[in-house]
Amino acid sequence: MIKVEHVSKTYKVFKRDAGFQSAFKALFHKEYELVSALNDVSFTIEDGEMVGYIGPNGAGKSSTIKILSGILTPEEGIVKINGQIPWKNRIAHVKEIGVVFGQRSQLWWDVPVLDSFQLLKDIYSISEKTYKDNLEELTSLLNLSDLLQTPTRQLSLGQRMRCEIAASLLHSPKILFLDEPTIGLDAVSKLAVREFIKSLNQKHKTTVILTTHDMQDIEALTNRIILIGKGRVLMDGTIDDIKIHGDNMDEAVANLYHEYQI
Amino acid sequence: MRKYLSFFRLRFSMGLQYRSAALAGIFTQFIWGIMEILVFRAFYQSDSNAFPMTMQATSSYIWLQEAFLALFMVTFMENEIFLSVNNGDIAYELCRPIDIYNMWFSRSVAHRLSRAVLRCMPILVITIFIPKPYGLMIPKTVTTFLLFLLTLILGLSVAVAFCMIIYMLTFFTISAMGVKMIAMSLVEFFAGAVIPLPFFPNPIRRWMELLPFASMQNVPLRIYSGDLTGNAIQDVFFLNLYWSIFSIV
Repeated sequence: MIKVEHVSKTYKVFKRDAGFQSAFKALFHKEYELVSALNDVSFTIEDGEMVGYIGPNGAGKSSTIKILSGILTPEEGIVKINGQIPWKNRIAHVKEIGVVFGQRSQLWWDVPVLDSFQLLKDIYSISEKTYKDNLEELTSLLNLSDLLQTPTRQLSLGQRMRCEIAASLLHSPKILFLDEPTIGLDAVSKLAVREFIKSLNQKHKTTVILTTHDMQDIEALTNRIILIGKGRVLMDGTIDDIKIHGDNMDEAVANLYHEYQI
Repeated sequence: MRKYLSFFRLRFSMGLQYRSAALAGIFTQFIWGIMEILVFRAFYQSDSNAFPMTMQATSSYIWLQEAFLALFMVTFMENEIFLSVNNGDIAYELCRPIDIYNMWFSRSVAHRLSRAVLRCMPILVITIFIPKPYGLMIPKTVTTFLLFLLTLILGLSVAVAFCMIIYMLTFFTISAMGVKMIAMSLVEFFAGAVIPLPFFPNPIRRWMELLPFASMQNVPLRIYSGDLTGNAIQDVFFLNLYWSIFSIV
């Protein structure tokens, strides 16, 4: 179970006007603003749930994922995931979770994908049998058999993303955080990834939290949706709660963003 | 432990695959070594008694330095670590069930070893055949050689531990360039990479030899060339050990 209570996080953002004069002024006096990325965010997610976490750019989606995976520490509030505080029991906590950051890479650039997988096997101390079973399953579901011997640098974005997702699941995590996993994928890969996430949730009862801007992802995968904007939770409901705001998902969400002025 | 070994393996095998980089490196190191020896030769010819090390010892020092450059040059830092902190890929490393310090440490050691292994052999083999006193000499005793190896390992760990401090500083700065540049030039000077430490004036030298930087290459190289013997070795060995433990903790 994931329990988030009154979490707040602020960042320091340096600001100055464009131009030489203000650049010179900034040498002596730096001005910054405190931007609150998250402001009193609370929600609870049960085991085995699939939740879409949506919001406009800069709403605080990635910050939430980073706090939940123990990378960032919030200033205020408490997060408990299966009884552990992510940023305090980091090492124990991260054994249980898998994370995919759609815009980052975890595979080693110059070596074949399998080498990266081998390393992950040792890092997570995955037993030989589990590793083999998982690799087999992931290979067939994500269609990886031709990719595993290729160095990461020679994979296309979509191919790489499929390998990234596989890499995050080798240790059979109980919770999976997906931060824009379908960014830049073609239709076929997108469908494959969606299908895969769905079956993962059904078969292994993996809790999935998904952030994305692709409303079709949300529609295809999740029932529950948490909408956040300007660091606050604005809505916590189902697909149907959103659909009533417009003809299709994209429009409905855009209308919602307007309504909340975010 | 297995995790870190596995890291070590991957980084090591990765380092071995850049063949042309190694070839270019060997070539540069030869030229550099020859240039340095020519300069020292000119000095020695004017008055060889004015120098603290014999020409032979100095040549050996230079050749070993070139051969094992990758082991203790602070310049050779893991660019990937800086990159990952800058572009955020570090997020992935932070969600692994391992200790970041140990992981980076084993990774840096592997990187350096793989570079050194590729480069040291040709340099060592060829320079041993260069006529006296410009070539590499064979160490006087087996103990000297063993002590050289031992202090070489300690020196490597001091160098890596020092780099770790710089890696950690990058978390707090926008660009690590500045810190890197200052640290690099200071360390090279104090470590005896520019000129061997015995060539410094006495009062300064005494302080420099106590600093951790001296342990990185000054100590192992001078033991090999026979410039450090007897009790002096004992002293520097413990100093070396002390710094490697101190900087890792």
